[in-house]
Amino acid sequence: MQRREALQRVAVLLGGTVIGAEAFLSGCKTPVRKEGLFYDNDVAMMDEIGEIILPGGNGVPGAKDAKIGEFMKVIVTDCYTPEDQDVFTQGLKAMRDAQFMDLTPQQRHDLLVKLDKEARDPKYNDKNKHYFKMLKQLTIWGYFSSEPGATKALRYIETPGHFDGNLPYKKGDKAWAT
Amino acid sequence: MADNHFDAIVVGSGISGGWAAKELTEKGLTVLLLERGRNIEHVKDYVNATKAPWDYPHRGTKTQQMIKNYPVLNRDYPLNETNLDYWTNEQESPYTEVHRFDWFRGYHVGGRSLMWGRQSYRWSDLQFEANAKEGIGVDWPVRYAEIAPWYDHVEKFAGISGSKEGLAQLPDGQFMPAMDMNIVEKDLAGRFNEHYKNHRKMIIGRTANITEPLPGRTNCQYRDKCWLGCPFGAYFSTQSSTLPAAMATGKLTLRPWAIVTRVLYDKDKKRATGVEILDAETNKTYTYTSKIVFVNASTINTAWLLMNSATDIWPDGLGSSSGELGHNLMDHHLGVGAFGQVEGYEDKYYYGRRANGIYIPHFANLFGDKRDYIRGFGYQGGASREGWDRDIAELSVGVELREALSEPGQWTFGMGGFGETLPYHDNKVTLDKTRKDKWGLNIPAIDAVLRDNELKMRKDMQGDAIEMLTTIGLKNVRGFEGNAVLGRGIHEMGTCRMGKDPKSSVLNKWNQVWDAPNVFVTDGSFMTSANCCNPSLTYMAFTARAANHAVDELKKMNL
Repeated sequence: MQRREALQRVAVLLGGTVIGAEAFLSGCKTPVRKEGLFYDNDVAMMDEIGEIILPGGNGVPGAKDAKIGEFMKVIVTDCYTPEDQDVFTQGLKAMRDAQFMDLTPQQRHDLLVKLDKEARDPKYNDKNKHYFKMLKQLTIWGYFSSEPGATKALRYIETPGHFDGNLPYKKGDKAWAT
Repeated sequence: MADNHFDAIVVGSGISGGWAAKELTEKGLTVLLLERGRNIEHVKDYVNATKAPWDYPHRGTKTQQMIKNYPVLNRDYPLNETNLDYWTNEQESPYTEVHRFDWFRGYHVGGRSLMWGRQSYRWSDLQFEANAKEGIGVDWPVRYAEIAPWYDHVEKFAGISGSKEGLAQLPDGQFMPAMDMNIVEKDLAGRFNEHYKNHRKMIIGRTANITEPLPGRTNCQYRDKCWLGCPFGAYFSTQSSTLPAAMATGKLTLRPWAIVTRVLYDKDKKRATGVEILDAETNKTYTYTSKIVFVNASTINTAWLLMNSATDIWPDGLGSSSGELGHNLMDHHLGVGAFGQVEGYEDKYYYGRRANGIYIPHFANLFGDKRDYIRGFGYQGGASREGWDRDIAELSVGVELREALSEPGQWTFGMGGFGETLPYHDNKVTLDKTRKDKWGLNIPAIDAVLRDNELKMRKDMQGDAIEMLTTIGLKNVRGFEGNAVLGRGIHEMGTCRMGKDPKSSVLNKWNQVWDAPNVFVTDGSFMTSANCCNPSLTYMAFTARAANHAVDELKKMNL
């Protein structure tokens, strides 16, 4: 919001339209420099998207603590097919167009809830993928397989040492990471 | 040339080659163990064995580059980031598929003993006699009574954990204490065994993971990272078990990077005299001589090696006089089964990652059961609680989702079948003389398909699974069926079958090539039929028996 005001002031000062205003308007973190598939502030945006999907709190880390943006960048770059990369990067563009980074936490939450519902429409499947399903899956996978996720949200024991097939369980006990 | 002469040469250092090296050296022979790939030293070279999931850049999953480099491995679970170095480089070592055949290989010291599934089952006479009774292929020249002491021998040394069940089709052995079923498996097995009156039985898997220490080896620590190599030596591999024993004799020479290109044959003496190798690093050729040769290059490569040997006498290679060399290729067909949900047990969980599951041994066509095909199948499976990778439809995003996924989900149970493949003469390996590998060597061509008997069986493998799981009370039971292709059982068998008659088999009952009795073939290629249970324990037993026979024959000056 402050940027928009600033831009208006600049425009007034210059007495006309600012070239590149669209880019400027969509944020200082504006996508001008692209490295590989991603603009330079996409990682920060994916961190924030991930944090809405799996937020921290009550002493438990969230997806941002698991560096989820960096994780998504690596997986999408190295493991996704070109077709899936297209769906994913188009999705990021949609998020930028929605000015995700400028939204309030509540607005971000509401947007992702809406996208989750949309992505569950049966018209989306393995042949016709919805980018939000990718974002959500990457967040869940990246978070629970990360060190903070596996050791703080879940329980991870490198060398269990023995097997007990009849361990008492009560609601609230954490699941094993692997 | 004394440096190049040994009492015995063993070609290949996987499960059976390791056993040959151990048995022969312990009986006093000097042994040269040849391995086409690199060395992997026990513990020291298990570079990923203690990594956590987050230590891998891609959390263990495959990248597009890996898919490009390993198109065959990509067809199933083996392509992954955690033990990629244990799988054969497909660009360097291509093979020809006349029909799709998923060949998953490991070219390094230890071979697939490092990555194997470790399930270890004895055969009974129900399987050894089946070919003769049904007129399939040729009769096995061996019966259970003859091989049982050798099963005892290898089980005691390798360390097999399991439960004694008194099953006619799956004889008990020299077991270490069995691993436990979890509480759900225990209850389901109870219902299953009561319902099927022990005509069908659900038991804990018999596995080459030790539950008590052995010299130099620690009992299983329930990490479920076996296929990275075990720093505790808790599962049987060449590295953890047979190689140290062979080394301890002071009579073993291990030579990695040695691609054996020919078994050398003296047509006057009718004996092999040694082998020729190509050094995989320098491309130089070397010759080693010996009194006996054990060929343990794995089923397809063993056939390839023999086909390239003694071609001046037999154009189709050493052991081809029967017309069966390379033929009767078998595997287990799998990827079919069922799964469902188990209600209740919300107050139950488990501790430890047990690298083992339940087993339902062969029951079709046994004990009065009758099908529209012959032979049968077994199942491996298990019960567990769902983890964070489940979908929770009613939760979209937020703290509730994180908290819900941080708890275990519903109990589920699933199992997949392993079906017997018959020995068909037309399922075969040949040489593709039009294509070469990195070293300029011709490559094997694999021409094998599943046929009517297997395809009919697969219907039952799914149908029976659905029916049984429904019967024991599972909910939302669903069947699954993967591709009906050979190879992915990773149980290649049969290209040098043993038999009673040199006219219809490549090997005699002691695993000796009929045409060269000082050549012993004891990997999966000797198998006359496939049965439906995991075969490696049987390779171990026949290898130990063959080694004993070889030394006896050497003493009698018969070789």
